[in-house]
Amino acid sequence: MRDAKRVLLTALIGAAFLLLIDSFASGYHKYLIELMGIYAILTVSLGLTNGFTDVFSLGHVGFMAVGAYTASLLTFPLEKRPSYFPELPEILKGAYLPYPAALIVGGLLAAAIAFVIGFPVLRLRGHYLAVATLGFMAVVYSLLLNLEPITRGALGISGIPEYTNIWWIYLWLGLTIYVTWRIVDSYHGRAMIAIREDSIAAQSLGIDTFRYRLVAFVIGAFFAGVAGGLYAHLITLIDPRAFSFVLTFNIIIMLIVGGMYTISGAWLGAVLFTVLMQVLRPVEESTGLYGLVELIFSALLVAIMIYKPRGILEEELPALVRRWLKAGEGSKRS
Amino acid sequence: MVSATYILDLFIGSFVLGSMYALLAIGMSIIYGILRLINFAHGAMLMVGAYFYIMFLTMGLDPITSLPLSMALGAVLGVAIDFFAYRPLRGGPELSMLITSLGVYIFLENLVRIIATPQPRVFPLPEFLKGVYRYGDFSVRVIEIFTIASTLVLFAALVLFFTKTKVGIAMRATADDLEASVLMGIDANRIIMIAFALASMVAALTGFLWGGMYGQVDPTTGFMPGVKAFIAAVVGGIGSLTGSVLGGYILGYAEIYSVGLLPPEYSGLRDGISFLILIIILLIRPYGLFGREVERV
Repeated sequence: MRDAKRVLLTALIGAAFLLLIDSFASGYHKYLIELMGIYAILTVSLGLTNGFTDVFSLGHVGFMAVGAYTASLLTFPLEKRPSYFPELPEILKGAYLPYPAALIVGGLLAAAIAFVIGFPVLRLRGHYLAVATLGFMAVVYSLLLNLEPITRGALGISGIPEYTNIWWIYLWLGLTIYVTWRIVDSYHGRAMIAIREDSIAAQSLGIDTFRYRLVAFVIGAFFAGVAGGLYAHLITLIDPRAFSFVLTFNIIIMLIVGGMYTISGAWLGAVLFTVLMQVLRPVEESTGLYGLVELIFSALLVAIMIYKPRGILEEELPALVRRWLKAGEGSKRS
Repeated sequence: MVSATYILDLFIGSFVLGSMYALLAIGMSIIYGILRLINFAHGAMLMVGAYFYIMFLTMGLDPITSLPLSMALGAVLGVAIDFFAYRPLRGGPELSMLITSLGVYIFLENLVRIIATPQPRVFPLPEFLKGVYRYGDFSVRVIEIFTIASTLVLFAALVLFFTKTKVGIAMRATADDLEASVLMGIDANRIIMIAFALASMVAALTGFLWGGMYGQVDPTTGFMPGVKAFIAAVVGGIGSLTGSVLGGYILGYAEIYSVGLLPPEYSGLRDGISFLILIIILLIRPYGLFGREVERV
């Protein structure tokens, strides 16, 4: 019951903030905040595998791409389809879904693919798993470039209806955080963390490591797919390059710098990344040193790995705030 | 129309590409063997090596001195990277080094982008490697022969190094069991330094060959070869020298023949095909063709 109240309160405060932003922020700033929300969905859902379960996946962007293309095809105006996709397969010619349903179908397709490739890939460990998921990402990229009847190859799909707004993004971010939190803060999550800390010990306690890894992988993929759909209907133009290694690395950097063992860390990483990017881009442009931003981010990543390997937020934000408040009370009393 | 010369052309092309993958895979394999680190940054060492070579040329040196100098400088850089980025992480979780190496890759790529601009640079090939031999329809470039020959010579030299010299044997011992080798009086840090120097030197040489083959380099040049070499090493059995070389050739052949023999509309799938091979191999033999299964407890 207390949880329900807290969730409701957080949601209300969040909605109030969004209302303020929606009515007062400039178009550009609103766009940044929207992008930040999509990054946050990606990092929080990636944290479920890379942070809470011992599955270091590099394939998240592949799932995002699946969601983005699926949702875009489903909402694409029917009358424009024959001229825009002349070779579209028969089934897709008339398949239309309203935007919210298209997002969910995109997510479900990503989750279904995660389920299928999870069987072979999740039996691998550590490095090998990282490479195999990177392989998945590369295969998706390669298919996007080459399945021209459906994806239009390198041209990409433009003219996607602009349905995504700040409310949709933050509604889904809220859902992502809520679902992740409910999973992590349950029997299920304890089992996942046990697998992360010592998979052999976890197994000996009767935890089915494979099943927990698969569940984390599939749920993470679902939200990545939804994030892809949101992204496509925000930018209105998608092409394979948007889902390349660059985005993969950026999401990994956000997650690790923010702190991949906490949910707050994951979204904090996305916030920091977007803010730093905005601060540093003008510096890069005025000095002409293109690549400076990436240079700084990568140096940050290495420094974090060496000095603070659990990221900036090692503890959940609410727990930290509570402790800080308690410490304040203590000092007042003395 | 598939003619005999076309097949032969593909054969040489695959041999050359496979050789370059093999050279990079050897470096990755050496480092993995000792540190259990999949060094993503290794691809960047190829690109940096090529830029070093161009740098020495523009300083007015001749090609014969520039190549060894660029290899030496590559070795120094490799050792420096290990010292600053990987050494502080030793003994930590396996994945933290993998993540760090991703960071090091991005760092190197963008450092070069800032210093040398993102524009591709023409890679000047020395005169004696520029020629082409022709036999009727069939032709082969001198740089292609040079690439294949230097790979085979280097492979033979490395096999001798690892079986006959004291340092080489010490390196294998360290790869086998780091703790036991330290107890036997092997200086692990020195061995790791040598491994990075050796691997980076070979990567710099590969950079020279790569630049020579394709005529230009840019800061992103190293990425795909790095990833492919990594696949080659895993397919062959990472940690095994013979496996890495074989993996390199398997990948080179698979890539060139799939592009050369499939209808042109599928040629864009070449990168996907490499990864498909990787996934299949990992499923059948999770430790690669020549790898040994090591159970971590």
